Amino acid sequence: MLIKLARLSLWNRRATASLTLASLIISVALVLGIDHLRVQAKKSFSQTLSGTDLIVGARSGQLNLLLYSVFRIGNATNNITWQSFQELSRHSAVEWTVPLSLGDSHRGYRVLGTTAAYFEHYRYGQQRPLVFAEGKPFAGVYDAVLGAEVARKLHYQLGDELVLAHGSGAVNLHHHDDKPFRVTGILQPTGTPVDRTVHISLAGIEAIHLDWQQGMPIPGQTVSADAALQQDLTPKNITAILVGLKSRAATFTVQRQVNQYPQEPLLAILPGVALTELWQMLSVVENVLYLISVMVLLAVLIGMMTSLLASMNERQREIAILRAVGAGAGYLFLLIELEVLLLIVLALVGGVLLLTGSLWIAQPVLAEQFGLFIDINPLQPQTFYLLGGILGLAALMGLIPAFSAYRRALSDGLAQRL
Amino acid sequence: MMINNETAISLRDLSFRWSPAEPPVLQIPLLDIVRGERLFLYGPSGSGKTTLLNLLAGVIKPQGGELRLLGQALNRFSQRQRDAFRARHIGVIFQQFNLIPYLNVLDNVLLSAQFARLPLAESRQRAEHLLDALGLSITLLDQPARQLSVGQQQRVAVARALVTRPEILIADEPTSALDSDSRAAFMQVLLDTAAEINCTIVFVSHDRSLQPFFSRVLDIRELGNTSHVEASC
Repeated sequence: MLIKLARLSLWNRRATASLTLASLIISVALVLGIDHLRVQAKKSFSQTLSGTDLIVGARSGQLNLLLYSVFRIGNATNNITWQSFQELSRHSAVEWTVPLSLGDSHRGYRVLGTTAAYFEHYRYGQQRPLVFAEGKPFAGVYDAVLGAEVARKLHYQLGDELVLAHGSGAVNLHHHDDKPFRVTGILQPTGTPVDRTVHISLAGIEAIHLDWQQGMPIPGQTVSADAALQQDLTPKNITAILVGLKSRAATFTVQRQVNQYPQEPLLAILPGVALTELWQMLSVVENVLYLISVMVLLAVLIGMMTSLLASMNERQREIAILRAVGAGAGYLFLLIELEVLLLIVLALVGGVLLLTGSLWIAQPVLAEQFGLFIDINPLQPQTFYLLGGILGLAALMGLIPAFSAYRRALSDGLAQRL
Repeated sequence: MMINNETAISLRDLSFRWSPAEPPVLQIPLLDIVRGERLFLYGPSGSGKTTLLNLLAGVIKPQGGELRLLGQALNRFSQRQRDAFRARHIGVIFQQFNLIPYLNVLDNVLLSAQFARLPLAESRQRAEHLLDALGLSITLLDQPARQLSVGQQQRVAVARALVTRPEILIADEPTSALDSDSRAAFMQVLLDTAAEINCTIVFVSHDRSLQPFFSRVLDIRELGNTSHVEASC
């Protein structure tokens, strides 16, 4: 009966109640959404690269190096010579090295020049290796391995040909259309920037730039694809190096040695430390967003309380009737509190649905534009604490109108002051 | 629960004030109302009629004196006990706005049965019987109370007040919203249905034309002045 009364009473005031509900739903979706984005972004970030002990690049900033080598965002300010790479590979503490060469793209997706060691040593998440969905690593100069998203979005299959472009924009003026590449492998989705990368060999990178100088084709001098194969395709420069060490204990020694390398200015970073630092930088923004959404929620809850308090006047009649048939003041207190809970439970359900719907729509856009791979389901274990918190806060604020009903019930008696 | 069969309501040196600073709004040295009696109370506004009804219904508590209903000392009851007592033993009818507008007619009537913790099926049967006796069509049962005319609403209120078979019925000018034609008919069904269960009626009004329906008539102002008011029957 209590529940029926609360439900029908809300329904009776459905015009104002639905407005309150709408604002509650939006704010619940907002709070949950920001929390969800935070958790997902953190996960996506921290799991992008694992198993690599050091990232080495030309001397710049730690974040800059991390962004271009791991996230394929931005560009390197300088390159590393091939000699430095070879010297580092021969270092006694180094177990493996993977060279990375960036700078070209294919229809908006970055092209990464590397070696077969990349597929062997790259790890993401909980030490998960890259797995081929189809095909195998590149063997020839003009072979390419596609990330899952590249293949899916551009509808490539094994054996298809693709033309790379110079530079990294979505629209390029210069295409390496004289030297097309052939797809030999497609990777399984990883939820990391690997999905949006076209992998080719270092020799391939070298081949397409044979007849280029300072970022432009040399006029009147072209080298055909076949002719290029006859030339020396050992790279002169690369962009960055992923380094795996024999022992983790040597990390700081090797890092110091790289940083003090006399032949050229290099920078070695620890991916874990850099990822954390990057995350902390973003967490200021994250906390501000969090604060704003909590404020919005608080404002909406106060709004709900106000509308309930205002409704007390028109409900005086109801209260007098319930008192007359024997309802105690405690019953009226519960009635109002139950109404608040009913409203907030509806808002929580609505908010979760709204958020799930929004994520469903926003997910492809976020992945494409920002490289954020977001789970559509916003209900993680910690979300339930948040939902519980909102419920508790609402119940707490509902105490005020509920207590007002209690007081009125006792002081007004059966009088119907209208 | 021991119920005194002779006296329904008994007041001794009763006094009530809203706050300690104000003079008492009500002081009644003595009043006894016998079971089955139909008491008509009249008096101008501000004479304490509503306060007396609130006291009798156990919504408010007197500061001094004794208030006995059906042999129980209500002035010694806790708020919760008085609420439970009201649900079980007292029916209340207001001037108007007796019904919760968004509940249907049947639910409005059953509301008091719920608070009195009576079995639902039985109460439902009795509610239908009462509504029928009060001249309300069965087709009205499912209609929201707000769609009823004032006259219909007041008759539903009678059913609501009597469905729990209360020993005492308190009515606060229930006819004031009705026109004079339906007033007499309303009074007749009210008194007839109340008589069926030997219900004691305390009826407050300033409309003295209703006086003939009652077995005893009192001016509320005399209650305070007279040191001893004899039961008239």
